[in-house]
Amino acid sequence: MKVSRRRFILSSALVGGGVLIGYSATRPSKHRLANNELAKGGEHYVTSFLKIDPDNQVTIYVPHAEMGQGVHTSLAMMAADEMDADWEKVSIEQAPATDLFANGDLIKGFAGEAGVPGFLMGLVNVSATKIAEIGNLQITGGSSSVRFTGDTAMRTAGAAARQMLIECAAQRWNVPAGECTAALSYVQHSDSGQSLTYGELASDAALLEPATEPDLKDRSQFNIMGKAISRNDIPAKVDGTAPYGLDYHSEDMLYAAIRMAPVFGSKLVSVDASAALSRRGVKRVVELEDSVAVVANSYWRAKEALKLVNAEFETSENDSISSADIAARFDAELASSNGSKDFEQGDTDDAIAGAADTIEASYRVPYLSHAPMEPMNCTVHFHDGKADLWTSTQDALGIRGRVAKIGGLDENDVTHHFSYVGGGFGRRLPFTWNVIDHATLIAKEFDVPVKTVLSREDDMQQDYYRPAVHSNFKAGFDSYGNIVAWHNRFTGPIQVAGAAFIPYDIENQSIRVVDGETHVPIAAWRSVDHSQQTFFTESFVDEIAHRTGINPYQFRMNLLQRHPRHRKVLQVAAEAAGYGQNLPEGHALGLAVQESFGSICAEVAEVSIGNDGQPIVHKVTAAIDCGWAVNPDTVEAQVESGIIFGLTAALYGEITIENGRVAQNNFPDYEMVRMADVPEIEVHIVESGEALGGLGEPATPPIAAAVTNGLYILTGQRVRNLPIRKHDFSKPASLAAI
Amino acid sequence: MAKFKVNGVEHELDIEPEMPLLWAIRDELGMTGTKFGCGIASCGACTVHVNGSAVRSCVLPVSAIEGQDITTIEGLAFAVNAADAGGINDKNAPDITAVQQAWIDHQVPQCGYCQSGMIMAVSSLLASNPNPSDADIDAGITNVCRCGSYPRVRKAIHSLASA
Repeated sequence: MKVSRRRFILSSALVGGGVLIGYSATRPSKHRLANNELAKGGEHYVTSFLKIDPDNQVTIYVPHAEMGQGVHTSLAMMAADEMDADWEKVSIEQAPATDLFANGDLIKGFAGEAGVPGFLMGLVNVSATKIAEIGNLQITGGSSSVRFTGDTAMRTAGAAARQMLIECAAQRWNVPAGECTAALSYVQHSDSGQSLTYGELASDAALLEPATEPDLKDRSQFNIMGKAISRNDIPAKVDGTAPYGLDYHSEDMLYAAIRMAPVFGSKLVSVDASAALSRRGVKRVVELEDSVAVVANSYWRAKEALKLVNAEFETSENDSISSADIAARFDAELASSNGSKDFEQGDTDDAIAGAADTIEASYRVPYLSHAPMEPMNCTVHFHDGKADLWTSTQDALGIRGRVAKIGGLDENDVTHHFSYVGGGFGRRLPFTWNVIDHATLIAKEFDVPVKTVLSREDDMQQDYYRPAVHSNFKAGFDSYGNIVAWHNRFTGPIQVAGAAFIPYDIENQSIRVVDGETHVPIAAWRSVDHSQQTFFTESFVDEIAHRTGINPYQFRMNLLQRHPRHRKVLQVAAEAAGYGQNLPEGHALGLAVQESFGSICAEVAEVSIGNDGQPIVHKVTAAIDCGWAVNPDTVEAQVESGIIFGLTAALYGEITIENGRVAQNNFPDYEMVRMADVPEIEVHIVESGEALGGLGEPATPPIAAAVTNGLYILTGQRVRNLPIRKHDFSKPASLAAI
Repeated sequence: MAKFKVNGVEHELDIEPEMPLLWAIRDELGMTGTKFGCGIASCGACTVHVNGSAVRSCVLPVSAIEGQDITTIEGLAFAVNAADAGGINDKNAPDITAVQQAWIDHQVPQCGYCQSGMIMAVSSLLASNPNPSDADIDAGITNVCRCGSYPRVRKAIHSLASA
């Protein structure tokens, strides 16, 4: 994606010295206006990513949520490096949730030039013309922070600052700017031996007009980017002081436990709360359209009292729906509909009709819950016509607007208070707002803070799920055994474009999507459609490879002639994993590769079957081409994380629907990979030097197919539906041909 | 009345005997380092030490810990370093323990929400088994981390064992 960096760079003198430098895709007048409105206390506050104080401290404001992906540190590294700041003198803060820091504007800037980013399509199912309506977001998702905000806004703001500081020093010394250099928060003029700190220059620098297109560094000039820098959020996460949304506490606050309609979309009919109201600490029972909540002076008291509430919810046609019904509907849809075009090339029907041989397979994956470790929660305090808000979110600004809308306030009268996010994975993105809406309506009845908490069971049963998907494949070979046709029909909806596309050079392709709507609410789940589609496509490619008798690695390499980056990561991962070499007895290697969110990730899984007949994943070797690595340790951590998240889904993940509602309750029946299941993970970063790719998600998609492709080699058993634990490997089939 | 010590401080709370310790710590005492994860002692986010041993506090009624010594993540360094110094509050003692330092050195936490419980569980494991094998770690550390910090947890534990 080629994007002009020409935006509006803003600078503003700080009261008391110093300078703020910002970057925006919107008009500066908006910020000047806001600056006037907000100029209170000691400082001006314009939309700004970095601030230089007279004492030479640099503060970098990051407009994204920190949920463990290391984005506060990575983005600060990008600005600090471009401005040649001394990293030891940099502090990092999350930008406040005000529209001055909306990154929807930034995204709109991209949308205007390069189309709507895919992840936003997934979030809101919008067209480019509707994107204006969602400008007021502060989204962290789509593996986008570093490659969008970081690579443009943060770097440009940093470079502009550096240029202004150098110009300012040159003027003061009456020397050409070209003779001055910047390093470690100083500007120096080596000929005269003079130097000044950024802090000493900041006030004067603020008076200069910032360059609109400052020069960015080449990678060879980086001092901070490309190094494994320790994350700034970690110290507070080892001593219990890191604040999460659930941690807001005040002496006078109240707590709400809530029971929502168990069948999605159903309404509350009647409530008998007399027993609950007599419990200790219970303040009120609040009835909402689709739920009932008990408000008490402790969450435990509220939760215990809620057990005594009898609530009747309306019946609906959804009450009898089960997972089997949904599966039957999906199959019927696939049988009867040709769907709508996802990708077409050549004449697939013709090619299959004339094929010397064909192969067919049907795949399916279940619904999945996000299950972040921090249960969903939201605290709202209505007072004096305003509201304060505490919740862990991937979109602080959007949440602020939502609370304002539901609570009947102006957006600017709602204050979102910073917290870290105890796991997002898509659950805390916009439009997955049930807990926010309920918490707001409950809190509106009180003048003290009310914290609404979903128990683990509530969260599992009231999520917005990764969609269940069925996907049918057919492929055709010519008389030489070459693959000439790829025919794929799957159930939608498509949440992110291109996930079902294949990189393989196959002449005729027909990829179409049929209706997969159900009453079960869905949302983005780490890597969105890629986690399902990569399991499907990389499994079926493996089936085709085995049919041709060419080993799955070589088969892929042969069909990736036009995708050198794919070839490279596959090669690196396969060689590092010892592909083609002797393995311990009873072990096999499976592999898969997928491009998503601008990065390409190959994974090789070494598997065996344990004495209990269940698969063991011994080791995963991954190679990722994310362009280049801003913080290599964070890259490795995100790849490890993505693999384990995907492995949990592959081995255990399944949400089933019974009587219209989710059958699972908590971790015992929605099991997680734990220490004993975790393979050794080896990560290789392949730096192609191409545009930055995302990292939060791209390691999740390949793992399921890598594992099941390995299991096929071991057992001859092709896993075509997940989770793997539902399959019985205790009776070994004959070994596959390869 | 429920009486117990948290991080060396005696508390006397007028709460129901069946209230789980987790909620007494979080909502009654306002100490939020100990986390709520599942409420059924499955995930370990709520792990604290009772008389030095790791316990999942979300199902532990306060009646069961009457008069006992509770250590939470906030008090871990004090408890460990005080013990090392023979029970004396050494003002020069570090603010964090060797386990916590290893967590920083190995950049273990991601979202970090599970890490209070993880660190309490690991501290307890290492206190009883200073050089755990991988199998010991698998059996002893059953906490859930949704971000998948497990490989780094394992590396950090081994670094402590060999230190």
